[in-house]
Amino acid sequence: MAKTGILIEIENDAVKETSLGAMTAAAGSEIYALVINTDAHTVKDTLANYGAETIVDVKGDLSTSPDLMAETLVAIVKEYGLDTLLGSASATGKDIFARVAAIMDEPLMSDVLGLNIAKRTVRKSHFSGKIMATLKVNGSILLSTIRPNIIEPKPNPANGNIITFDVEIFDPGLTKIAEVQKSNSGKLDLTEAPVIVTGGRAINAAENFAMLDACAEKLGAAVGASRAAVDAGFAPHSMQVGQTGKTVSPKLYIACGVSGAVQHFAGMKTSKVIVAINEDKHAPIFGKCDYGIIGDIFEVVPKLTEKL
Amino acid sequence: MKIIVCVKHVPDTAATIKVKDDIGYEDGSVKFIANPYDEFGIEEAVRIVEKEGGEVVILTVGKAAAVTTIRSALAMGAHRAILVKTESQFVDSTLTAQAMKTAMEQDGLPDLIFTGKSAVDTETFQTPYRLAKSLGLPIVNEVSNLILNGNQAVTRCEIGGGQKQVIELGLPAVIGATKGLNVPRYPKLPDIMKAKKKELKEFELAELGIEPSTGRVSIEKLEIVPERCGATMLEGSIDEQVDELVRVLKEDEKILS
Repeated sequence: MAKTGILIEIENDAVKETSLGAMTAAAGSEIYALVINTDAHTVKDTLANYGAETIVDVKGDLSTSPDLMAETLVAIVKEYGLDTLLGSASATGKDIFARVAAIMDEPLMSDVLGLNIAKRTVRKSHFSGKIMATLKVNGSILLSTIRPNIIEPKPNPANGNIITFDVEIFDPGLTKIAEVQKSNSGKLDLTEAPVIVTGGRAINAAENFAMLDACAEKLGAAVGASRAAVDAGFAPHSMQVGQTGKTVSPKLYIACGVSGAVQHFAGMKTSKVIVAINEDKHAPIFGKCDYGIIGDIFEVVPKLTEKL
Repeated sequence: MKIIVCVKHVPDTAATIKVKDDIGYEDGSVKFIANPYDEFGIEEAVRIVEKEGGEVVILTVGKAAAVTTIRSALAMGAHRAILVKTESQFVDSTLTAQAMKTAMEQDGLPDLIFTGKSAVDTETFQTPYRLAKSLGLPIVNEVSNLILNGNQAVTRCEIGGGQKQVIELGLPAVIGATKGLNVPRYPKLPDIMKAKKKELKEFELAELGIEPSTGRVSIEKLEIVPERCGATMLEGSIDEQVDELVRVLKEDEKILS
């Protein structure tokens, strides 16, 4: 049986949905849930319920360097003889897995939209979602990060035995994390949000994002911005969806006053349902979304917020 | 200071991609551009050298046709360029990293290397890391702010949820650039003319002693993803349309509860 290690991401004391989805994708193999920088006992029940046969409680402070984290994962792969290592295609996940792939000199399948562990195949986007590629990995290990919200987590109870892995801490040398600047907003991470409400150029002013924030709060959504809105100074780059911004894949994407450039679709094409609200009935977005409302966003969005 | 910027020749985002025999790309017919993220690296390198002196060298691994992308990078202010020629534009990231490493060693190792955070073609998100590892250099990717201080670099990168991480690293290093680092310039006509005369060295892979590998990743199938073919436009007054949207999202799509 394949042995799959999964790098578990934890936020606000809870295992992220995307980590549980990775465990669901790995069903059928023996799952090792790798818990780093957190006491594994606090998340034992959840991990066992979603399929972790073994929970590896990684002891040691790995927060000082991404290289330290990557070297530790490589050591864990060797220690337990893992032939598959999965994580979330979050900013941190993509970075750490690329470091692991470089250290091990093995192929990496980044940001996949599906995978078959037994067949060693993954499905991933090429050319900003225009092509779906099925790729087969012939290396000795399948290294892959999975795009958030793609795999619905399903409970699959397993033993969840906790074992401890003591890290050999080394001097990270040249790369040192000096500081983590927390955001004060407490807002949801765009790339992992199940619902996203995005403002385009028509939002017209930074303060008008408050209207989208109100709607997003009702929906449990994150708020994004189009490149036009970012370049106009209405929103920071961290909120940009699309090429040169973030790639997102929520269950529901509501585009408010977004024209629908190819570069925007490059970042949200794999959303399950796309709703567009735009005053211009000729806006390209209406040709590529699921539901459209022609109307002024300042009239439609508050109504939507009210009716949710 | 010598800075090398790795630039990839990629299809324009608006281009229609054609698949050949289910497992290959027709890479001749579409318009190509410099990878958008690499432009942030070019701009940053040129700004550093404008201030501190030195030279900016563009390094591209790709088809002979990548010369157009290289000239556009030179027009942004880089001094000279190296092209390592490959048969196809879409090659394995391990091979690309190996070719870049060997070309850099031959040209003389730089004080700083820029890449884009990723390439918008096959989106493998690993070549800069393989390059850094093979040269034994530190790497930070998705850098939106960079301060150089002697042989130290202080970088800032976003790590999701609006959080930012400040990472310090020693030079030489590989920096993966992303939006926010700067606003790339549009070259003016005299710069474009000047770029045509700048030095461009071309090598074949074999001249660098590199064998094109068969790769440890094989393409099983490439499928064109159909675009959504037009929206269901909701009808009636704004009130009715919003009511219908809420109903559809609850009852038909079962997204809202």
